[in-house]
Amino acid sequence: MKRRTTRHIVQAAMTFAVPITVAALSLAFSAQAQTTAEKIARGKYIVSTSACHDCHTPWKMGPNGPAPDMTRALSGHPQDFKVPPPPKPEGPWIAAFAATNTAWAGPWGVSFTANLTPDPETGLGKWTQRNFIETIRTGRHMGRGREVLPPMPIMVYNNFTEADLEAIFSYLQSIPAIRNRVPEPLPPGEAVAKSQ
Amino acid sequence: MPPLPQRLSDTGLFVPGTTTVRAEHIAFSPQYPLWSDGTGKRRWISLPPGTSIDASRPDAWEFPVGTRLWKEFSYGNAVETRFVERLDDGSWRFATYVWNVQGTDAELAPPRGTVLAVAAAPAGRFSIPAQSDCLACHDGSPPVLGFSALQLSPDRDPLAPHADAKTATFVDLKSLAARGLIRNLPQRLLDNPPRIAAASPTARAALGYLHGNCGHCHNESGALASLDLALAQQAAAPGASAERTLKSLLGHTSRFRPHDGNPSKRLVAGSDADSVLAVRMKTANPMARMPPLGVKVTDSEAIALIERWIRTDLPTTEEK
Repeated sequence: MKRRTTRHIVQAAMTFAVPITVAALSLAFSAQAQTTAEKIARGKYIVSTSACHDCHTPWKMGPNGPAPDMTRALSGHPQDFKVPPPPKPEGPWIAAFAATNTAWAGPWGVSFTANLTPDPETGLGKWTQRNFIETIRTGRHMGRGREVLPPMPIMVYNNFTEADLEAIFSYLQSIPAIRNRVPEPLPPGEAVAKSQ
Repeated sequence: MPPLPQRLSDTGLFVPGTTTVRAEHIAFSPQYPLWSDGTGKRRWISLPPGTSIDASRPDAWEFPVGTRLWKEFSYGNAVETRFVERLDDGSWRFATYVWNVQGTDAELAPPRGTVLAVAAAPAGRFSIPAQSDCLACHDGSPPVLGFSALQLSPDRDPLAPHADAKTATFVDLKSLAARGLIRNLPQRLLDNPPRIAAASPTARAALGYLHGNCGHCHNESGALASLDLALAQQAAAPGASAERTLKSLLGHTSRFRPHDGNPSKRLVAGSDADSVLAVRMKTANPMARMPPLGVKVTDSEAIALIERWIRTDLPTTEEK
């Protein structure tokens, strides 16, 4: 008798508990999905308003003048675009940039903007959120590699909150991956040597 | 977190009123030291009285609260001394101190680092790292580098570049255990001191150099684990870690591409010119040179070792 009662209690509990658990899990999943969607939306907003496309999306000439080529959004300096040595700066002019706005020459040498898409071999596909945040916080690749070069405004982006940087990274991981191997930067001496 | 001491003398390194290191601090010298542009180095560790290091995990020692370490950099005269301390809550903090010209004490460096005019330094300039730079290397668990089972093995590598000679001045595993300063170290590591598993003396020294100079970033558990480049060796599993290192290097495509298009492999047995590892160690291009921190002058002795390993030892290793 006692065993039967216990069994009934267990059955009753299961009858209610399973749907409640499923509902709770569904709610939790929904909340998490919403949070992820919100985070990505926030990241997209920041990326779109903080000039990321200005340099990380190659520009091309259109009917209204140069504009970002959104078919290559955030994929950095095009790997097939070989730039000649930069012009020698004169007078107060110290920097020059290529027509794509993805190659910049100045006292630091020549820098090429990075591929921010989630391509695993040429972009940020293998990066962790921590790698991304430490890059912005320290101004070094993945927080411990070579310095991030001008014109990347690290000192400005340093002011993003942790939540903003997480949102940016979430968005960047959500966009289409574009395979584009950006060249390594050239130091000033090498840039000059290549121009001679 | 309590504020950092403003002067090195306030960290407890010296006998008060002097620059003489306290006798109770323990001098040590890792067998695979970090290359720092040829600066002279001295290192000390201090454990609170009555405490010891738990070495039950041979490659992840647990240091007691209150542990302090110092590393002095010099060009004849001391220029900089770095300081690491474990606080009451178990966290670690890092600071570095710049010596005054009189050599009487050192002042806390600014958090963002600075550059000093030092005649004997490369190009007359000596860089003091930012606090974030400290964490770039000392980010592991534990964050202490150079004071480990492998680095303090009594079976020191005679081919290790820039290593101090083995003397009684420096502690090693055996003396640490005898003094009760480490506990729970597996007995087998005392009976057979840690040694890198390698097919030849050159390979042993090469892997050791990579361990001491690259392994704190390029390992399987840190922030760069996704790169799948494992250059840290383990005292507890020397064979497996050496094999893992070679697997992550040999024939592995590198993300790094020089402007001439080659090389693209991390390591090509028999050809240092085609091996990104060697190319990035020796390049004059500071944007491509490894390691990216703390090095302005390439390490010619180490480059010769690595090139010898690649040219002559790696093919032999593979044939075996």
